[in-house]
Amino acid sequence: MRKRLSLIAGIAAVGLVLTGCSSSGGDDEKASDKNQVEVFTWWASGSEKVGLDALTAEFAKQFPDIEFINAAVAGGAGSNAKAALASRLEADNPPDSFQAHAGAELSDYIAADQVQDLSSFYTDQGLDKAFPADLIERLTVDGKIYSVPSNIHRANVTWVNTEVLKKAGIDPEKAPADIDAWLVDLKKLKDSGVETPLALGTEWTQMQLFENVLIANLGAEGYSGLWDGTTKWDSDGVKKSVDQYSQLLGYANSDFAGLDWDAATQIVIDGNAGYNVMGDWAEAAFTQASQTYGTEYTTWATPGTEGIFDFLADSFTLPVGAPHETAAKDWLTTVSSAEGQKAFNLAKGSIPARTDADPADYPAYQQTAMKSFKEDTVVSSLAHGAAAPVAWSTDISSAVGKFGTDTNQDSLVTALVAAADKALG
Amino acid sequence: MRKGIKNWGPPLLLIAPTIIILGIFVYGLIAANIQVSTTNRHSLTPATEFVGIDNYIQLLTEDRFLHSLLNLAVFTVVFIAGTMIFGFIWAWMLDKGVNAEGIFRSVYLFPMAISFVASGVVWRWLLNSAEGDRASGLNRIFESMGLGALQNSWWNEPVWGMAAIAMPAIWQLSGYIMALFLAGFRGIPEELREAARMDGASEWKLYRYVVFPQLSPVALSALIIVSHMSLKVFDLIMSITKSIYQTEVPATYMWVTLTSNDYAKSATIATILLVLASVLIIPYLIYTNRSEKETR
Repeated sequence: MRKRLSLIAGIAAVGLVLTGCSSSGGDDEKASDKNQVEVFTWWASGSEKVGLDALTAEFAKQFPDIEFINAAVAGGAGSNAKAALASRLEADNPPDSFQAHAGAELSDYIAADQVQDLSSFYTDQGLDKAFPADLIERLTVDGKIYSVPSNIHRANVTWVNTEVLKKAGIDPEKAPADIDAWLVDLKKLKDSGVETPLALGTEWTQMQLFENVLIANLGAEGYSGLWDGTTKWDSDGVKKSVDQYSQLLGYANSDFAGLDWDAATQIVIDGNAGYNVMGDWAEAAFTQASQTYGTEYTTWATPGTEGIFDFLADSFTLPVGAPHETAAKDWLTTVSSAEGQKAFNLAKGSIPARTDADPADYPAYQQTAMKSFKEDTVVSSLAHGAAAPVAWSTDISSAVGKFGTDTNQDSLVTALVAAADKALG
Repeated sequence: MRKGIKNWGPPLLLIAPTIIILGIFVYGLIAANIQVSTTNRHSLTPATEFVGIDNYIQLLTEDRFLHSLLNLAVFTVVFIAGTMIFGFIWAWMLDKGVNAEGIFRSVYLFPMAISFVASGVVWRWLLNSAEGDRASGLNRIFESMGLGALQNSWWNEPVWGMAAIAMPAIWQLSGYIMALFLAGFRGIPEELREAARMDGASEWKLYRYVVFPQLSPVALSALIIVSHMSLKVFDLIMSITKSIYQTEVPATYMWVTLTSNDYAKSATIATILLVLASVLIIPYLIYTNRSEKETR
């Protein structure tokens, strides 16, 4: 009797361990159903969720037979989703398509052979003609394109409170020619009694401001050269930018390290600051505060970056080993189609990557952005993953964050050089 | 005494699930983690070679990591000192006897019921570093009480900023330390105090020479508990400041490297954290083991 009991206990113990291994068997069933597409995003709330819903509605119209499975992971501005995605890719259980920032942020996935080359998809769909040539160039890695952008944002926009500037006798409609001219205006604004003329937020918004200064000084070509090693990080242009960036920090609110971008933009909306450099998602914050473009606030390309479009984009990929590859391509077709881009971007407040979109469909600010996107030189944003691989941009982010506390210019340049050496090998 | 499998078999079977699960999910994963930390797996691509302790050398000579260790040290010292001092004083006051002791006990213990994330969100606002017109949180309170001079930038201070982050942690954990000390006070037999009083000891001497010495095991446990909590601090910092350079500690740095796919580096940081925690906990385990054997 006693022996039997211990035998049963033993079997139970072994069984407990085995159940841990058996749960992975269910996936084959899913794969057998061809008419499904599982799309992984971090669009789970706000305007992003509205945009995704609009896009899936369009997808249902174009491909009514395919069931859309929303695998959105919320939280942490995508960091939770990226961690979840990394473990799925590691376990060879990829979704059919996943969201990623277009550009260099994909390079880790490319190096690990986790995403497929979509160049032939581009030619089949005529996307190589529909997207601006500059954008195609930014998306191409070693002659191949790995993702399809769904929307474009601009990162070199300065948001201006017209009232505050007028009070100080500055013409808000006329953008200063370069950063030095802007610094003069900032001083004027400060002397007129505006305590913090420039609104700034947490680490990545500092990085975005710094990147704007770099573009202003180095120009499109010089700035793009930073990412392939043709522009040196200890060159005079970078050093000058660091110096100007340091002066800009002097005009910023002292509590910047703790503010998210919307809190920083709010300072401009409230009229406590004159300027804020932010991506064009800030447009939503101004319209929500029921301000009108052109009267209460206005925008220009950050001084010195006129004629350059600092882009970032969300995009969709085709992972290696996607269980429903044909359906995934259908999804990418909808994402890149004129109707799909219109549905998504109208809801999210961004602009389409296609140049054949009709500006009349979009609100005032987006029309100006679409015009520049068509005409300007496109460069990749650092703060939003388009310019540099993740590891490199987190190194820069930390160096810029450190500079925010000690404002030691030499150590920032040293850290930037070290980060570039590490990344470019 | 029966010998053989009949004797040790059934107990072993009963604890077998625990041993197997701990073996896989704790010790197995620690081993896997250490293994990753000795490779060059700095991206999503699989590791290609064994690099020994290179990752450790690189990390320990890196300014950024040393800065995170310094932050952790400041946080730990302030956090431990704060919880121990407040916890002890509250326990002492309650032990001296007050009306409505139960109410005070609950009031002091309540903050512990809140998670670090939830209190972090509130303290993020309380510790807002804006001053003057745009001040909010504590700075606003100081301002409206006419104590404007007390306004400061809290965690925005370069070196001592971490002390401000320790404030919410002290607020949450002091009550727990108080409960530990109070249990210690109550564990001392009344006879000892009476005997001391009979011998003419003053109240202060009674505490100094009779009560406090008996509290040292409690104090040691409390110290170990709060110090290992402080080594792990992550959620509080993430919810107050997010992961930024200024308030970076090894645990948040580990998260940053993990999310930027530098697996080897993040495994290295994890291992160093484990070693730091072991340095504290292993001597404590040895000590309690020994003293338990003695009392048996």
